[in-house]
Amino acid sequence: MISAQVQLASYLFASILFILSLGGLSSQESAKRGVLFGIVGMIIAILSTVLGEGVQGHIYIIAAIAIASLIGIIVARKVEMTSMPQLVAILHSFVGLAAVLVGFGSYMDPKTQALTGVEHNIHLVEIFIGVFIGAITFTGSVIAWGKLEGKIRSKPLVYPGRHLVNIALVIVCAILCWMFLVAPGTDGMMHLYIMTAIASFIGIMLVMAIGGADMPVVVSMLNSYSGWAAAAAGFMLGNDLLIVTGALVGSSGAILSIIMCEAMNRSFWSVIFGGFGAGPTGPAKEVTGEVTSVNHQEASQLVKDAKSVVIVPGYGMAVAKAQFPVHELIQKLKKDGKEVRFGIHPVAGRLPGHMNVLLAEANVPYDIVLEMEEINEDLPETDLVMIIGANDIVNPSAQDDENSPIYGMPVIEAWKAKNVIVMKRSMATGYAGVQNPLFFKENTDMLYGDAKDSVSKINGFLLEN
Amino acid sequence: MKVSIPKESSVEEQRVGATPKTVKRLIKQGFDVYVEKGAGEKANYSDQLYQEAGAEILSSPEETFAKGDIVLKVQPVSDAELLWMKKDQVMLSYLYPATNQELLKKIAAKGVNAIAMDAIPRISRAQKMDVLSSMANIAGYRSVIEGANHFGRFLNGQITAAGKVDPAKVLVIGAGVAGLAAIGAANSLGAIVRAFDTRKEVAEQIESMGASFLTVEIDEDGSTSSGYSKVMSKEFIEAEMKLFSEQAKEVDIIITTAQIPGREAPKLIMDYHVKAMKPGSVIVDLAASTGGNCTLTKNGEIYTTDNGVTIIGKLDQLPAQASQLYGNNLCHLLDDMGKNENFAIDMEDAIVSRAMVTYNGQVNWPPEPLPVSPQKPHQEESELSLVPKISEVERSKKKTQKLFTTLTIIGLLLYLLGRVAPAEFMQHFTVFVLSVFVGWQVIWNVSHSLHTPLMAVTNAISGIIIIGGLLLTTNDISNPLTIIAFVAILVASINIVGGFVVTHRMLKMFKK
Repeated sequence: MISAQVQLASYLFASILFILSLGGLSSQESAKRGVLFGIVGMIIAILSTVLGEGVQGHIYIIAAIAIASLIGIIVARKVEMTSMPQLVAILHSFVGLAAVLVGFGSYMDPKTQALTGVEHNIHLVEIFIGVFIGAITFTGSVIAWGKLEGKIRSKPLVYPGRHLVNIALVIVCAILCWMFLVAPGTDGMMHLYIMTAIASFIGIMLVMAIGGADMPVVVSMLNSYSGWAAAAAGFMLGNDLLIVTGALVGSSGAILSIIMCEAMNRSFWSVIFGGFGAGPTGPAKEVTGEVTSVNHQEASQLVKDAKSVVIVPGYGMAVAKAQFPVHELIQKLKKDGKEVRFGIHPVAGRLPGHMNVLLAEANVPYDIVLEMEEINEDLPETDLVMIIGANDIVNPSAQDDENSPIYGMPVIEAWKAKNVIVMKRSMATGYAGVQNPLFFKENTDMLYGDAKDSVSKINGFLLEN
Repeated sequence: MKVSIPKESSVEEQRVGATPKTVKRLIKQGFDVYVEKGAGEKANYSDQLYQEAGAEILSSPEETFAKGDIVLKVQPVSDAELLWMKKDQVMLSYLYPATNQELLKKIAAKGVNAIAMDAIPRISRAQKMDVLSSMANIAGYRSVIEGANHFGRFLNGQITAAGKVDPAKVLVIGAGVAGLAAIGAANSLGAIVRAFDTRKEVAEQIESMGASFLTVEIDEDGSTSSGYSKVMSKEFIEAEMKLFSEQAKEVDIIITTAQIPGREAPKLIMDYHVKAMKPGSVIVDLAASTGGNCTLTKNGEIYTTDNGVTIIGKLDQLPAQASQLYGNNLCHLLDDMGKNENFAIDMEDAIVSRAMVTYNGQVNWPPEPLPVSPQKPHQEESELSLVPKISEVERSKKKTQKLFTTLTIIGLLLYLLGRVAPAEFMQHFTVFVLSVFVGWQVIWNVSHSLHTPLMAVTNAISGIIIIGGLLLTTNDISNPLTIIAFVAILVASINIVGGFVVTHRMLKMFKK
């Protein structure tokens, strides 16, 4: 048993470790250390809580943690790097669920019922808000998981007046909160149930309304929510460590969402409230020109002739798991003395930094992986750009067609290179659902087929001679 | 319009302004092409080939010079040739405008509009017409071939039944186009290549071509906005000389490529460097025509010093290849100027206005400078930032006002909150707000590529909600509270463990 003061001190220490942990992620070198800090912080936090006064049921605690650790390790080890977004989303839902449960538990706790006056009211409000955020996080994350996993249609589900409905629902919740406050004893449970149901519905509709290309924003937004849910739980339990950690995670997720939105030139609010914001005002520009396609041998010839190659990967690379043959390809090209680099768009993939993780998985050295701004400068001097399963992030309409829904979004200016090969399964549009004039440009050739298969075949032709 | 290609009158010049291939291109652009008899002889292009490509062969230089609206040449026009030309003809050739003022005046007086191909600004758009680059590329390649020819050994290392052969060591000084081409060629022949340049930004390019970048320990960068390097400080030069002394003892072939347009080439290899070199070593001086980077270089000569070092001051031009690339450069420029149909001299154009050294009877040199170096954006930024400074002051004033109002509102809200909330809540609230700020500051520093790991870590950390479950558990399993708490602990722990394991897995994959 440790005293309350020592417990507070350990919480403070754990908070410091968490901050250092997030700070450690500022560079690749210190990132591993950052994770270690996080783990140590978490162990300290759990131990000091369990050893603190008034904690009961140690057996159940140990049992729960043991079972969960087993599940956690198995899942985390088995998951493929390409399905990382889904894993992150489903983990977010767990935090939401935990927040809801803790809220209910706290309401049932006799200690809560012993409170009186303002303190009692404030505490109930905290519970109410905590459960509200937790429920939104839970259902929202489950839907996000479903969309990423492909179990739910990723097309945004929007209906007219949805903002009004949402606002009305929030008002209903506020009224419920009032009734919850005045209810004697645990009679407010009913109100809490109804509110949880409403919040769950809001969570579902919120994510259903957001379309595929905005998924990175959704995931980071839910990340943020899970943090706020933890912070709310901290308030209801009067636990500073929960508040600190929740706030850290909450602001982290918020920043990521903002970064993603900036990368897509989308207003943060319009993404959060769903759909495409104001939407296009006129018909999209007519796309003129002819699509030319090449076979694998011709493509490999283009690769062979190029001195400098830039590879722009997109979600298609992730789906096809083409990162491994891509790594072989760049090794071969580098051996031939060509300059090979990667251009990564901030929203490529379905998760912030998704492409970086995949490329790292395939052992691509990270110093040749450049960001959009860095690579755009060099593209006019590049012989060949290979676009692997990317579409909207290389769409010139974003710069020259004011009526395009993606107008104004910064894109990788692939068309400025001498030649462009686009590897795609078909001529279908990308997530944003807009036509891509890049495919019609004279210096662009399409290479249809599965990305992994295509890259492997090109590798084969390159090795032949 | 007519384009004519005269034979180069200079004895040393082996190149020609167009090859059969580029003649085809010119015809495709809509021009009528006339080639002087024997123009491509030295570059192994026969008259017949030109004819087959669609050009008409003219028998005399007078006729050729007078015929074309556009004349494509390599070397600067001679006085005699200029006499055959007439007003308003356009001529494309090397002109060395910085050191050739007299000639420019004569051309201007004649009314010929001359484009100096060597004065094409080195901006991205003009790369395809940059003859300095295309010719430097050839020179760089050739310097290695020439050096290897005079160096009596293999360049690559071998272990054979007859014994072991060490690889040759090649030092390339100056990593412009020629230098980089030389590095590439030497590297592919198997030599150990080192390269030196005062511009730190080229280190990466050097390494990408397969050489190791040599540097001195003084922190000074020679990059300028013109793309050429500046004159370095005395300390730097001393350190550089010392470095060359050390290298001279070790390396077998030195290739120097340092040139500054319109100026004498900098002296980099001194006589004591040459003395320190091993007998049989070779120095290839690509700057020989502008005075040489080595003090002992003799322009146009290949000779061996007393201590057995061969110094090469002349290079074969690879005329067939060089003419082809040069001709392509010319075609690109004509393409840019509107081909046959819309051919026009646009003095507003950044490229034409700078390369057109004589126009309408006027000498148009020196042109206004144009910053090109793409890897130094901060320089451009500083220039740009001069203009909007005033409005920036205003903007910051507005910002301050806005911030002030926001802070006032926040202050009021906090006051109201303080009136109603109990002390304990305020204490927690303080912690909360401060944490948000800390988080805000910390996260902005996270590198872009680590956003996915960041999310996984924050995910794991948000599992801290487990504490809520821990605090609620009781000893009685039949109590619903315990069951709720149990489930909460369970899911939160999955989150913690899963999050950390997956982050660790991801980070393990990142490697330099």
